[in-house]
Amino acid sequence: MERIGVFLCTGCDIGASLETGALAALAKGRGAVHFAAHACLCSQEGVASLRATAEGGAVDALVIAACSGRHKQPEFTFDPARVAVERVGLREQVAWSHPSGHEDTQMLAEDLLRMGITRAAKVRLPQRAADHVERTVLVVGGGLAGLQAAQAAAGLDHPVVLVEKTAELGGYLSRLTDLVPAAPPYDRLEPSPLPALVSAIRGDPRIRVLTGTRIARISGQPGQFVIEVERGDAREQFNAGAIVQATGALPYDAARLSHLGYGQLRNVITTGELDLSLARRDLARVPGGKPPRRILFVQCAGSRDDSHLPYCSNECCGATLRQVLAIHQGWPGVECAVIYRDLRTPGQLEHFYRAVQEQTRVMLARGTVASVTGHGGTLQVSVRDSSLGEQVELEADLVVLATGMVPNAADGEAIRALRDAKRRIEKNESETQRKAAEETAASLARHEGTEILNLTYRQGPDLPALAHGFPNSHFICFPYETRRTGIYAAGAVRGPMDAAQAAEDGWGAAMKASQVISAAGRGEAVHPRAADIGVADFFLQRCTQCKRCTEECPFGTLDEDEKGTPQYNPLRCRRCGICLGACPERIVSYPDYSVDAIAGMIKAIEVPEEDEEKPRILALLCENDALPALDDAALGRAAWNPWVRVISVRCLGAVNIVWIADALSRGIDGVLLVGCKRGSDYQCHYIQGSELAHKRLENVQETLTRLSLEPERVRVVELARNELPRIPAIFDEYAEALAALGPNPLKGF
Amino acid sequence: MTAASSPPLLVVGAGIAGITTALEAAEAGQEVVLVERAASVGGRVLRNHQYFPKLCPPACGMEINVRRLERNPRIRVLTQARLEGAERAGATSWRVSVRQGPEHVTAACTACGDCSKVCPALVADPVNLGLSEVPAIRIPFLDAWPRRYVIDRAACPAGCQRCADVCKAGAVALDAQERREELEVSAVVLATGWTPYPIDKLPELGGGVLADVIANVHMERLAAPSGPTGGKIARPSDGRVPRRVAFVQCAGSRDVKHLPYCSAVCCLASLKQALYVRAQQPDAAVTVYYIDRRAPGLNESMLANAAAAGVQLVKGKVGGVRQGPDGSLILRVEDVEAERVLEAEADLVVLATGMVPSLGDVPLPVRRDVDGFALDDAAARVFTAGTARRPEDVAASTRDATGAAAKALCAARSS
Repeated sequence: MERIGVFLCTGCDIGASLETGALAALAKGRGAVHFAAHACLCSQEGVASLRATAEGGAVDALVIAACSGRHKQPEFTFDPARVAVERVGLREQVAWSHPSGHEDTQMLAEDLLRMGITRAAKVRLPQRAADHVERTVLVVGGGLAGLQAAQAAAGLDHPVVLVEKTAELGGYLSRLTDLVPAAPPYDRLEPSPLPALVSAIRGDPRIRVLTGTRIARISGQPGQFVIEVERGDAREQFNAGAIVQATGALPYDAARLSHLGYGQLRNVITTGELDLSLARRDLARVPGGKPPRRILFVQCAGSRDDSHLPYCSNECCGATLRQVLAIHQGWPGVECAVIYRDLRTPGQLEHFYRAVQEQTRVMLARGTVASVTGHGGTLQVSVRDSSLGEQVELEADLVVLATGMVPNAADGEAIRALRDAKRRIEKNESETQRKAAEETAASLARHEGTEILNLTYRQGPDLPALAHGFPNSHFICFPYETRRTGIYAAGAVRGPMDAAQAAEDGWGAAMKASQVISAAGRGEAVHPRAADIGVADFFLQRCTQCKRCTEECPFGTLDEDEKGTPQYNPLRCRRCGICLGACPERIVSYPDYSVDAIAGMIKAIEVPEEDEEKPRILALLCENDALPALDDAALGRAAWNPWVRVISVRCLGAVNIVWIADALSRGIDGVLLVGCKRGSDYQCHYIQGSELAHKRLENVQETLTRLSLEPERVRVVELARNELPRIPAIFDEYAEALAALGPNPLKGF
Repeated sequence: MTAASSPPLLVVGAGIAGITTALEAAEAGQEVVLVERAASVGGRVLRNHQYFPKLCPPACGMEINVRRLERNPRIRVLTQARLEGAERAGATSWRVSVRQGPEHVTAACTACGDCSKVCPALVADPVNLGLSEVPAIRIPFLDAWPRRYVIDRAACPAGCQRCADVCKAGAVALDAQERREELEVSAVVLATGWTPYPIDKLPELGGGVLADVIANVHMERLAAPSGPTGGKIARPSDGRVPRRVAFVQCAGSRDVKHLPYCSAVCCLASLKQALYVRAQQPDAAVTVYYIDRRAPGLNESMLANAAAAGVQLVKGKVGGVRQGPDGSLILRVEDVEAERVLEAEADLVVLATGMVPSLGDVPLPVRRDVDGFALDDAAARVFTAGTARRPEDVAASTRDATGAAAKALCAARSS
């Protein structure tokens, strides 16, 4: 920006802590065209003076040196497309956290103001790029979640195309007439909502149903997806704005439960097989056979078991109770027994559990089934650690294994890796390379041909799998999110769940689909930087096709041309800046977040000579968690080390390592990065940013060692949003560690 | 687009469910009014130290949600506000009246804290469930949003106006009056949350009788860095660090004399809290007494985490807790299936009390189920989200709250 106005608030102890005349002189010296100090800038008069200056056109950027950008947001917000605003948090980072009137406090404030003015000079105004968007929602999967999503999306005024690979709608639940209760009084079976929903969908002119159809290809981006479907030999293409993947779950493969007799004893069956028998109203295993007198249900057959599914499949306890009640009602003489580890009927399903206990003669016993044996008629079930005794043998005519559920999803990243490996085998560039590729291909062979969405994305044809193969983001606060913008998972593909939960998912995923289309139409990002209108700019003339950006974007935003040049899809972009962090050529910029702008801020830090004994530490703090924690710590009047200069970054993954090189080469003694937790329980809002930052910094530390600089000159710390009390210690401990190393030898060069 | 022209959606309650409903609808272009009774948004989740199963702080997601709220021009947030009346305005909308304030601290507040320093009155801190005291004028918690102070006017000494005198921003308005406003809205989503089942209804378990028998909600505050002990888990009676901690599951839940339903979150909350204790004192004896270990879905990992941390899980219903010698507590544990009764000692007992739906004084004809939870009423365009609707955890609340936005918008557009 060219005409920068600096507004200094002297309220909230800022004026009392600092020599404001020096700050005014500094602003003028850095080329600000306007400077004003106000005793309370957030007051009506203060805000009026800001607005008058900004809207009068005298300035195109405002540097507001007052409180942190998280405070007084409504007062200090201007149209982002017309005026750039840079908030310098003198209150939190200086006045409230450092001793008033001290030389170091003044130096800190002056550095922060210089940094803010420099940044304001280097940012650009984003232009809102609203584009044409297609309002159609594509729903993949015609089970309960998909049907509900289709109906909800239609109700939200979207045309809907529902694609189902089988000939019929309904999925697994088609075989059931009654479900566990989801409505009061919760103590009896409820008619399945499926038939009514299917006929409503069939009769809804806003919804096109394509059964017996598979997705052949999906390209594009939210608001502008191009979908190709295949039905037999016929191919068809249409556009869609958002996608709901509701492909459900598959029963865990009971063939792997041979210790429970499955596949060896014909009267050992699964929950699904019993449901088919119940639907036929025929309990006998073979036509003409006698119905069983005693049925034993084995819960957690393959679930909660590290050698099978480590998770709980969530609906099996309810399903078994449903079957027990159905048998009691249809075949009153048949005895049922259930061996469970924990009976899980959370919430109001407890009423149903109680009702089944009261109405039927079911024997419910805690225990673990070790084996099922027998021949022909009677089965012997060996139960361990049971409430009936340490080791008991029970008899049954039929054993039902409550097998769990496995997501019916494809792992896009694994498929991509498999395809890459096959390509390397074909190329056969060297013996070693081919062998390595063959090993990779063999280990990924089970992903062969599993594609569902067939995305043309560089990172693979389907959603990346997260924990246990579910493509869900595992955010507690932000459900439905996947690692592909505009594609939302719903129902059992997202996590193990029962029918009622899957229907809720359908509603919610439809809401998200509607929302991404709406946001794309406004040219705005979606969660977590909702309302951000800035998009990334790639200066491709300097691109070396290293593919780091295309590989590392957590959301698969970037495709590649045949040479490997990134092709940016702005409507897939979440503005996290991880591509900017990845790029060794520094060609990625956002209007208000660029390598140059942050590098400029770093260069604006004055580094005292070694003999002044005033070390400097650059702290790059994640704007989502670490920086807010720092703000709150200041609000609680925590005090911290005066050598630290804080810059807020979009994510640790949005840190370009050139900034670290810049800082160290300028004589700054150390660079501290504070961001969110990584690993399987990540708290990073961009899922992978923290993880990537750690990997990149390991490389940086190696480089430092080669340059005879201590690797400790760069440190990464994880900080959770609520760990404010740790902040002063994190800074102090790092300052001490650096003091032990002595000054940066590059100081003064 | 239809959304922009229809009257706003009204969301009642700005806990995690209400915030989610409001944001998901507004980011899809819908105008929304979000009404919250308290002075700041966030509700009960912000009193929790961490969420299960990731053991992450609620403030992390709330930071993003507040940013989304603040930057969305389509959401109006009314705090310290209650619905006072509601009547149908034709077939397609409601006319509601909202009472707001009195706003004794205005938006001019800078959160500088000068007022708190001079305030002579102390009150029990509602955020810390009364486990600590705060000045009558204070910020509810450091990351409260809106970012301003609040005053408990009833606690002010007569004639005192020190806070008003000291406030440089002129933000203290001791004589502020309530405001009333009429709104026409197209549909309503109730996200009024829950209250803990009162611990003093469980005197046989020492609830409300023994100082070192606390509820799970208290434990969250004891473990939180922002809590009354700065995050140190200590006994209320003497401030000592407990060496033996017992968790009593289904304290009032799955019990026809109290709450007949399962409160859905307590097993996981206790496993999480057991991990808090072991993280602070790796050698503490931590025992969870349960009927069934209900850790459904991917939350199963919590059981493995607890086992790895050395938490003991014992099957049995705790029938009574009494004072033992030297400040200890004695639990009587009944294992009905095994037909045995055992006794165990502890220094601190945590009752895993359940969830009671909180619909307060909402002046709408809300359909309720057998347990008092609210039901959707599409014909009336009144929908429900979160724990006012059913006992559920945060992940389920946000899931359902997103769906509730869709249900309400579909109903509003069906006319």
